[in-house]
Amino acid sequence: MTLPGGFTRRDVLMKIGILLNGIVAAILAVPIVRYLLSPVARGRKGGYESWVPLGNLEQFPSGQTRLATYRNPIVNPTDGDTADIACWVRNVDGQNFQVFAINCAHLGCPVRWFPQSSLFMCPCHGGAYYQDGSRASGPPERGLFEYHYRIESGRLFINAGEMPTPGSPTASNIVTEIRPCV
Amino acid sequence: MRLIESIGEWLDARLQVGTSIRETMEHRIPRETSSWFYVFGSAAFVVFILQIVTGIMLALIYVPSAGEAWSSLQTLNHNVALGWYIRALHGWGSNFMVAIVLIHMVQVFLFGAYKYPRELTWVIGVFLLLVTLGMAFTGQVLRFDQDAYWGLGIGASIASRVPGIGPWAVNLMLGGPIIAGATLSRFFALHVFVIPGLLIAFVSVHLLMVLKLGINEWPVPGRIVRKATYIKEYHALTKTDGIPFVPDAIWKDMFFAAFILLSIGLCAAYFGPFGPSGPPDPTIIQTSPRPDLFFLWLYAVLSFLPPSMETPALLIGPVVGILALVLLPFLFGEGEKSWRRRPVAVLTILLVVVALATFTHLAQHTPWSPIMDAWSGDPIPPEFLHSRSALERQGALVFQAKQCHNCHSLGDQGGKRGPALDAVAVRLTQDQLIRQVIQGGGNMPAYGKNLSPAETTAIVAFLETLHPPGQQPARNASRALAIEPGTGAPSSSHQ
Repeated sequence: MTLPGGFTRRDVLMKIGILLNGIVAAILAVPIVRYLLSPVARGRKGGYESWVPLGNLEQFPSGQTRLATYRNPIVNPTDGDTADIACWVRNVDGQNFQVFAINCAHLGCPVRWFPQSSLFMCPCHGGAYYQDGSRASGPPERGLFEYHYRIESGRLFINAGEMPTPGSPTASNIVTEIRPCV
Repeated sequence: MRLIESIGEWLDARLQVGTSIRETMEHRIPRETSSWFYVFGSAAFVVFILQIVTGIMLALIYVPSAGEAWSSLQTLNHNVALGWYIRALHGWGSNFMVAIVLIHMVQVFLFGAYKYPRELTWVIGVFLLLVTLGMAFTGQVLRFDQDAYWGLGIGASIASRVPGIGPWAVNLMLGGPIIAGATLSRFFALHVFVIPGLLIAFVSVHLLMVLKLGINEWPVPGRIVRKATYIKEYHALTKTDGIPFVPDAIWKDMFFAAFILLSIGLCAAYFGPFGPSGPPDPTIIQTSPRPDLFFLWLYAVLSFLPPSMETPALLIGPVVGILALVLLPFLFGEGEKSWRRRPVAVLTILLVVVALATFTHLAQHTPWSPIMDAWSGDPIPPEFLHSRSALERQGALVFQAKQCHNCHSLGDQGGKRGPALDAVAVRLTQDQLIRQVIQGGGNMPAYGKNLSPAETTAIVAFLETLHPPGQQPARNASRALAIEPGTGAPSSSHQ
């Protein structure tokens, strides 16, 4: 049977078949894409950030900088040790604190604190920071990432949950101005 | 024998592929193409087969879970019979595969094989290089140790710099807000399903086109490629001076592939598997992460780029590089094939090889990184302390205690981040030394807040003794006049 325009019935049926599969593919693509984008979609809700305890204030003597570790607020059973994160806590004067991310502001390697020279040094590309986290030398474009902190009933809490990177939204929440050395 | 023959006939009566296989194997190639320069493509393919086989072997034991991957690698290394050897084969196979793919690409480039009509073969080849590097990077992540963990951090930091979508890209790459279980799972899926799938697809098309278009003839200076005449000339060449691929040419491929496989086997047996280094516990910060061999050059580049250049170079550089490779056959699709008549091509290869080799060499020594334990581990050589005053020796103590040695070397010991100080007193006067120590600058931190006046005096006194025996330390000629007017005597440079 030939329809107006020179199409046969089977031509039309094949085109309907293609259309049908296209529609089904589009419908199935919605949950698939949503699944693939789940790490991004969850991030937009801000559910990653929460207050985690770093320990009692006595662990961080005045005038010193100490390593602290915490368990990431969102943990999956397969995470193992990777959910344990380290950070540097600086007790400025007994009243004020600074909590720095372990990740170098250049490319995320773990910085180490040297109390004798009051410097943080990075083992990867040679970035160095002063005790207040401001950039001292090397390739980093900025100072160390800093967590917001608060003190409740003698315990130090930080707002954590996302690995800070030079372009991440957490990094822009983090105090970015370079303060004068106290 | 009769039985095998009759089974073969029975199968071919149904499959009907015998004739086309025979035609493919015996297709004629230019006589001079049967050369030891034309064996790298087939060798890369054979190593890829080895990677598939050893990869499946490893997957029998390996656990792609952030909590267990590292211990499953230990199990492979120590508790499974010859597990270490399969890991070593896979690791060395990976290095050989990247190396052979690169050599193959250089050969194809220098022999002008990317020119008409083989442009698409080259473009697919560029994709094959990218997926091969993708396999190398994701494979390094699956060896889930400290290097893998911090290497992912570097990858995430680079991804985060993409304007606009950076933070999303990081979350997509890591599968969440931090490097954790989801990260390893998705790199496992990439390394085992996605990228090998692409690799197999690209290899198939690549091979198909080599068969359809014929393998590149030996380039002869003066034999110009022209779109109008090339195909006719090529067919004439294979007709008048051609040989069947099987058996006249394939034996060289076979010999070379066997040699490569044997080399991988021997390297694996002699050097053993790669790592794993320390467990992927981010609270262990006493680590100096290093990428694998083929990414070391990038690691070096990242430490040399000035901060303002870094993000543009990281984001635009790869795009320009890949675009240049893809566009190459379309821009230079005709003309001379022989490298003897293409000096720019030869110089380009030389430049790239020298640059990559230099950066890789530097990255193995990382002169830009402070040596984290030089201040406590590398003593000052005795000749720098001999017949020095008490103040100067006190300065040497300050030099160690304040970690100056981590970045500055004395007698070739210590860090290379800053200049060697063996003869610093010849370069800087006393005032310049004091200024440099206190204010820093030129990529040196300022130590003004961390040194007491007494410590500064001591360390500068020590630094002033650092000059070769026959050479006087630098001094400010006007200082005597400015500070001690009337006496006319130069002030002592040693306080």
